[in-house]
Order: sequence, then C-alpha cells, then structure tokens
Amino acid sequence: MSTPAESAPAAKPSPVFVSPDLERMDIVAVGHVDHGKSTVIGRLMADTGSLPDGKLDQVKAMCKINARPFEYAFLLDALKNEQAQGITIDTARCFFNTNQRHYIIHDAPGHVEFLKNMITGASRAQAALLVIDAHEGVRENSKRHGYILSMLGIRQIAVLVNKMDLLDWDQEAFAAITREYADFLARLGVRPSSFIPVSARDGANIVARAAEAPWYDGPTVLEQVEDFKRLDDDLERPFRMPLQDVYKFTASGDDRRIFVGTVETGRIRPGDEVVFLPSGKRSTVKTIEALSGPRPDEAYAGQATGMTLDTQVYTKPGELMVRADQPAPLVADRLRANVFWMATAPLVRGRRYVLRMGAARVPVELESVLSVLDSQELQSVTGAAQVERHDVAEVVFRSTRPVAFDPAEVLEPTSRFVVVAGFDTAGCGIALEALPEASASADGERRFGVGEVTDEQRAARYGHGGKAVVFVGESAEDAHDVAASLERRIFDLGVHSYYLSATDLGEDKDVLGREAQIGRLGEIAWAMTDAGIVLVAALGDMDRFDLDRLRALAAPHEVFVIGRGDGGDLGADLDLPTSLATDEAAEEALRALTAAGVLPEPAA
Amino acid sequence: MNQLETLEAKSVHILREAYRALGNVCMLWSIGKDSTVLLHLARKAFFGHVPIPLVHIDTAYKMPEMIEYRDKLALEWRLNLVVGQNRDALADKQTFPDGNVDRIACCRNLKTMALKHTLDGEWPRLRMDHTLGRLVEDQDLSPYTGVIVGVRADEEGSRSKERYFSPRDVENDWNVDDQPPELWRYFKTDFEPGTHVRVHPLLDWTELNVWEYIERESIPVTSLYFDDGTGTRCRSLGCWPCTTPVQSTATNVGEIIEELRTGKFSNIAERSGRAQDKDDGGGLESLRRGGYM
Repeated sequence: MSTPAESAPAAKPSPVFVSPDLERMDIVAVGHVDHGKSTVIGRLMADTGSLPDGKLDQVKAMCKINARPFEYAFLLDALKNEQAQGITIDTARCFFNTNQRHYIIHDAPGHVEFLKNMITGASRAQAALLVIDAHEGVRENSKRHGYILSMLGIRQIAVLVNKMDLLDWDQEAFAAITREYADFLARLGVRPSSFIPVSARDGANIVARAAEAPWYDGPTVLEQVEDFKRLDDDLERPFRMPLQDVYKFTASGDDRRIFVGTVETGRIRPGDEVVFLPSGKRSTVKTIEALSGPRPDEAYAGQATGMTLDTQVYTKPGELMVRADQPAPLVADRLRANVFWMATAPLVRGRRYVLRMGAARVPVELESVLSVLDSQELQSVTGAAQVERHDVAEVVFRSTRPVAFDPAEVLEPTSRFVVVAGFDTAGCGIALEALPEASASADGERRFGVGEVTDEQRAARYGHGGKAVVFVGESAEDAHDVAASLERRIFDLGVHSYYLSATDLGEDKDVLGREAQIGRLGEIAWAMTDAGIVLVAALGDMDRFDLDRLRALAAPHEVFVIGRGDGGDLGADLDLPTSLATDEAAEEALRALTAAGVLPEPAA
Repeated sequence: MNQLETLEAKSVHILREAYRALGNVCMLWSIGKDSTVLLHLARKAFFGHVPIPLVHIDTAYKMPEMIEYRDKLALEWRLNLVVGQNRDALADKQTFPDGNVDRIACCRNLKTMALKHTLDGEWPRLRMDHTLGRLVEDQDLSPYTGVIVGVRADEEGSRSKERYFSPRDVENDWNVDDQPPELWRYFKTDFEPGTHVRVHPLLDWTELNVWEYIERESIPVTSLYFDDGTGTRCRSLGCWPCTTPVQSTATNVGEIIEELRTGKFSNIAERSGRAQDKDDGGGLESLRRGGYM
C-alpha cells in the first residue's frame, strides 16, 4: 500500500493560537496490544483540531480504495512497514496543542517484544494514559505496563477503559474492571488520577462527553490530560547535578575551567559550598556561566548549566555535585535496587556490567537476586539465580568502586540507573538502599605458592627488599617519562628493578578496561614485591578509589605512591611538584625512596 | 521553565553528551534554519566555542546566498568548517539538473554519497583556514564516527521514530524495528567498533519552536526565508532546482512566527516545496534508510 506524504502524522501547528510561553508536557499512551492506544491518540488529535485540514478525509478515502474499514489508528501509522504489520513497533511522537499547553504524546507499543520501546516512550513522560479493552479486560501487559510506569516514577496515570460500545456501556462491567485494576495499582502504591469509560472509535468521552454513559460524571480524556500537573517540586529539593564534563578551552584563549551538567533537582547560587561525591572534594561556586549577557545568579532543576569554582579542584566527570548545606546522598559500593531487564541474555552472576548512575559509570556485578516479580500475579518469587528478559527483580549489585546516589523514596531522579551489558543498555532501575561494604574478598590473600626461600634470604642476597612504586598524575605521558627515568636510576644503583607502563597492562578505553588494568597491576605488584624486585609502574590518571583497590590487591605488601601536583588529594607517599622537570622529578623520587628505606644507601 | 527553555536544556545536554562520549564527532550544517539553531545551541553548550567540526555538503546547486552566509558565519564565529562534495558526479554530470538521472538518484549522488565519503574520509575535504579566510584542501582525512544532525520528529513520518542517539551500521543502514532503548538522560553511547552514530538534539522541536527560538536568541538566518518582494519565500532550503518557494509575504522572523501560529500552513507539509520527497513514494524513508539525513 503506498502512502502519500500527507498521511504521516506530521503535526502541524493547530489552528489554536499557541503562545511560546506555554509549558510543554509529555504523555505516554500504554496498554496491552490491540486495546486501542493508537485509536485514542488519533481521536484526540482529530477532535482537538490538531490534524491538517483534509487529512482525515484523505485517510478515509485511502481506506476505501484499499477496501479496509477506516480506523483512527491509521493516522498514526507513520511508517510503511508499520502499516504492513499493523502494530506499533516504536514510540512515535505525536504533537498537539490546546490553548493551555503543548503536548507530545508518545504512542508506545503494546506488544511484549517491544517493551524496550515502550520504556523509552514512558521514561520521557510526566503522565500516562493506560488503555484497557473493556471487552478483554485486564491483561498481562496491562499489569506489566502499570508496574513499569510506577517504577519509572510516573505517578499520574489515567486508566481508559476502551471499547465500551462493545459492552453497550455497561456500568457494572466498567466498575468491575475499575475495581480489579485499582486494586492492582494500589499494591504498587499508585493511585490513578481517574478511570474513564471511553469508546475511542466513536470519540465518546475522548473530547466529547459520551451520551451513552449518563452514569459517568468524571472527566473526559481531554479534561484529564489538561488536568495533569507538571511536577516542578524538583526545585525545592536538595541540589543534585551529575558532573557531565569539565571544560577547559585554553587553546581558544579561554582560561575558565567550567563544570557542566544538567541540574536534576534543587538550585544553586554563586557562593554556595559544594561537595563532589564519591571523591568528597569541596569547593565554592564562583560563577554560573552563560554564552553572553550577564551571568545568571542561579541555576536550577532542569537547566543544562555550567559553573566555575573558587578553588582549583581536580574533579573528574562522573561525580555527583551536591550542596554542602543540604542532606548528602549515599555513597556505597553495594546497593539494593529494583531492576527491569530488557536484554535477551539474562542478568547473571559472574559477569561484568557497567552501571550508569547519573554521569558515573562503574563496573558492577550481580551479587544476588533477592526476588523476582511475577508480573501476572504481582507476587515476589525468591530463590531465582538470575533475572530473565522482561523480569522485574530486586537485586544486589556490587562494584569495585563506590558510586553516589539517593534512595528512590528520598530523591527519585538521582536513584535512576541503567545497566550496560557489552555495548547495550540491558536494564534499568532505581536504587533503594546502600548496603555495608563488601566483606573482605580474595583480594590481598596470598595467591601464589610459597617456596622454601624466605623474604629475608632474598633481601640478604639482593641487598634490598621488594617494593611496588606507582606513579599517578593527570598526564599519563609525564608519569611514564618520570617513572622510566626513575627505573633507570634505580637499576644503576645495582637494584633488581622492573618497569611497567599503562599500555603494558591492556586497554583502558572504558571502565571495564580500566578496572582490568588495575586488577592486573595489583597482581603483578604483589608478585614482583614478593619476588624481591622493585617495580616501577606508571598508570597515569588514577583516583583515590583506584589506589584503594590497588593497595588491597597488593596487600600485605605496601605500595609506594608518587603523585605529580595532585598527590596530596590522593594520599600519596610523595608529591612531585609539576614545576620539576623529568630528570629533577626522577632524582627527587630516588632520594625519597632511599630516605624511606626502600632503596639501599648508595655506597659512599 | 517554559517550553523553549526545556527544549534548549535537553538539546544542550545531548550535545555535551555527544561531545564527551563519542570519539571523532562532527555536526552537519546544511545552512538551513534547523542546523543553524543547532549551531547556536552548540555555542551555548560550550560557552562560545564550537569544539566540533561543522560539515557542509556542497551539492554545487545550493543557492549562492547560502554559501555566502555560510562563509560569513564561519569566519565570524571561528568555526571549524569542513566542506565535502561529490566531485566525480558533478564532473560526469550525473545530476538531475543535467538531465541524466532522476531526482532521487541525484540526491543519492550529491548528498548521500558525498556525505558518506566526506564522513569516512575517503573523499577529499575542504577546511576553512582562518588565517587565509578561505577554504583550503584539508590534510586531515580521519573518519568521523559520529554525526550530529538537526532533524526534527515533526518533519515527516520516519523522523518521528528516531532516537536521540541512533546507531547505523557500516552500510549506514537504519534498523528501525530494533532501536536501542533510551531512558531518562541515559542515551546509548557504547558502540561496537565500526558503528556510525547519528545524534539528533532537535528531535522534540517543531517548526514553530525553531522560529520562536531564532527570534528569542536573535540567531542570524539567511534572507532566503523571507519574502524578497515577489510574494514568496523558502520554507525549507534545498538545492535550487528542486526547491519551490511558498506563497508568503513574511519579511521577518516575527511575521513567520505569526504565519505558523495562525495556522496558515497547517495543511501544507513543511517539506512540500522539496521535490525529492514526492519522488520517493511520498516519504523520505527509502532515502533515509540509505543514509539521507
């Protein structure tokens, strides 16, 4: 069937006068397949005059030519292949205006195969229309969608009981579905805004009131939509901004160091003291930056902003920026969470995933599955070993690095996360609670065999003990140069030494590669130290948590950490000022290692 | 926040995410109103800098005013402007205006192919030299792995299904039936090597939003959008042989906004003056699946 260009649901500005100052609201339409979502939206657009002139007639004419009964859903069938299949496979955006607001309605697919598309649509919305077929009643996806909406934090839900005409507008049938579904939602802690009996096909109770149901005195769908609130209470909550990036356009002659991100909640002004988590670094906001014009005196929830700080703090993107005078978020390496799994391969133990929480990306592992929710019966099933596709589960994740977040019941926006498996967004969820630190693991245990030669015998033979010396610094190249130069000097003293650079340890393109690098260095550091060798390694950009992990892996041996300009922040054993040239820095490090007894005094 | 502020914040966030997460990313600048709004948003996102190269595909049939306006802004805003072209197709006259191919094939040659090979670095590129003040042959032919594009969901059907971050495979194919989920502000930024990523920061904007924003931010646009005294103006800019102006006496941004708000064009598609859309069976889908933006 060919599709004229005009049959696309390209929403043209409706004849209604539209003010640019009106707010915008995103609404998602969900429900079981064939329960009539697209028809509801088609009707809503047609009956509010949001369709181009002549569009309706044209689609009707096309249906006549093709000997198909006209359906309002056809208005939304934007793509050729979708019309062929007859089901909504993706989230299509439909625009419509009233004189009160601009709306985007996301038409989310009801077919179970396309749940990830439904979630994409729903996560953009502030309110939802959940459509249930009066004739078929509450079905599996009616429940699953309801559950997902509640997990996504959408609290404004209108339940549309559709196709009432098929039941001759039977009040009792409507009441029965209302009871059943209200009871279901109540168990999720959700109170729907309304239950509306409709016939989308006839346009009854969509915009015009249904004459067939004099017993119904609630809102029509349009009245309900207009009554949904944009929840702007985010402004009055504690300030949270995931640090998206730090800009330094020095090459273009700009000396500003700008900390950027989108404010999730709250507000901030110049002069406010801020804390970055999990690092715990502190500073004070100096300015809020703008492209031109006077600098704003405040940044607030929803804005994509950028600010400069009073002091030079070295903070990496990924941290959560909060205000020091407000309740702090949680920082933990173990967390309890609700997760919805979308990938074909199940969420299993023993595999590495990346948890994205705000701007942070941390390696995680599934520690345990506390329960899996049966979406049919809404009962928790315990004892599951893994989380299958389309399951909703309560789980414990465990990371090798701490992550900052808020529990969902305290501050929902900063409790939201997704889980990446390989290259794909495989799951999404909300954090519920921080759990105590992982109990001591295999880290630090002696992992290689012990021969007959003791450490003392080795030291007596070599004239020195073993030690792992690790260089850290913002510039990997600089760390490499100084470390290599130092190793040469150590070797020239007659000491058994060895040099390792970051590239020797594998790629660190992503957080998992980085984690593997540190893991490898930890093992090598342990083994070399145990073998009585002085290892010099340059890993460049490491933070406190990387070092903590490295130290744990090398234990009981101690690691000697040398920083370059920012060593103080890292708790380094030695900090070499950046003003020192490579040779001077290496010489200084040699002196410090000798003073610390790591290296023998050079023979006089 | 009102609607323009909400749209701006989201687009800025997406631009920053693309810049942070994607390796060698560029931005497509067609010189039209949408990609110029995108350029302005980038200047906002990066506080006056545009750390992303701007790629323009010059079909050689663009209206002269567009090229003039392009070079003027590039020099004024110190943009890293990169220009690509299908030099062979032009030399062999494989174009619609030359009468040798139909409109669709012409679009494929001069736009889709030119874009593909400008992005992958297989064809020569020109780059703005700010010392000389003109375009010179570009020495750097490293491939772009991501491209930021100003398409909007309300333009036509296939665009209403786009993601903000949309992977294309090596053949530039768009698998519309199996797109990655996008939740909250988590966009897909992890890709298999060889994946080409398209980023769409303006997806939620409408034509009216774009003009309202141009007015609010005083963004300069080319005069082709305004009535030149003949009672017509361009509503969507393309190559001159395939672009028909609309009847309109709007001579400034305010009057265009008035036209759109009062519904003057409510039954005429924005791209109705773009002949290739009609020749592609009524939608852009087959062109877009093949890599058309």
